[in-house]
Amino acid sequence: MPISYFLVLSAFLFSLGVYGVLARQNAVLVLLSIELMLNAANINLVAFSAHFAEAGLGGQVFALFVIAVAAAEVGVGLAIVILLFRNRQTVDVDEMSYMKW
Amino acid sequence: MAETWQEIVFWVLAATIALAGIRVVTARNVVHAALYLVATLMSAAGLYILLFAEFVAWVQVLVYVGAIIVLMLFGLMLTRAPIGSGDFDNNQRPLAALVALAIFGVTSWILVQAFDGTEIGFARTEGTTSAQVGQEIFSKYVLPFEVVSVLLLAALVGAVLIARRDDTPHEGRVG
Repeated sequence: MPISYFLVLSAFLFSLGVYGVLARQNAVLVLLSIELMLNAANINLVAFSAHFAEAGLGGQVFALFVIAVAAAEVGVGLAIVILLFRNRQTVDVDEMSYMKW
Repeated sequence: MAETWQEIVFWVLAATIALAGIRVVTARNVVHAALYLVATLMSAAGLYILLFAEFVAWVQVLVYVGAIIVLMLFGLMLTRAPIGSGDFDNNQRPLAALVALAIFGVTSWILVQAFDGTEIGFARTEGTTSAQVGQEIFSKYVLPFEVVSVLLLAALVGAVLIARRDDTPHEGRVG
């Protein structure tokens, strides 16, 4: 099976995530779009790991690391969202412009 | 014959990933978007099994679908923000679609040019077992593994510290 199938699929998933981050206003939806982008990277890592199998399984190992980092990122991100909601009663990222001059 | 079956499974999973992914970024309800993300992540786990990465696939199911999505739904519950049938997009949707299309076009063109005709040899990657992945993590990648452990600990403490309700008066803070 050509490896470019997997690469184009993950490029599509990544651009969907970019669209979501740019076009969404709700902070939780922005986090969901970031998860889409991280998964696109994971699909690439696992596909190349299967392709370069004789060079070891580094791709799969780093996909596992990406999943762990994504879990940490979601935990901290949702904590920030909850804190913002408690202080401002909104999760709209366009209204979070207090530090903008 | 085996190759054709792999192609059929790939196309089914790829179609699910693409359609559910599109619904994630266009859904009008935040809970629906999170559940479409579950469909995307489960299909990605199917792709990992297709690529002989069964340990990554099950970690994906356990950590992503089991933990991250539940965390998202809890976050929605705790914030009591409007979740249903609203317009959650801002006014730069056409520009965002343009940027996303440009990124997709450029990256997929470059990748197809670079890896045209390269085939994944399924025959020689058979039997990628979890034991081999464990061997690899604890021999070659011990240092990144420990760094990830420290990162997870820091994220745990940081999330609790950020989201904690701070009821104590502030004058006693400086020693």
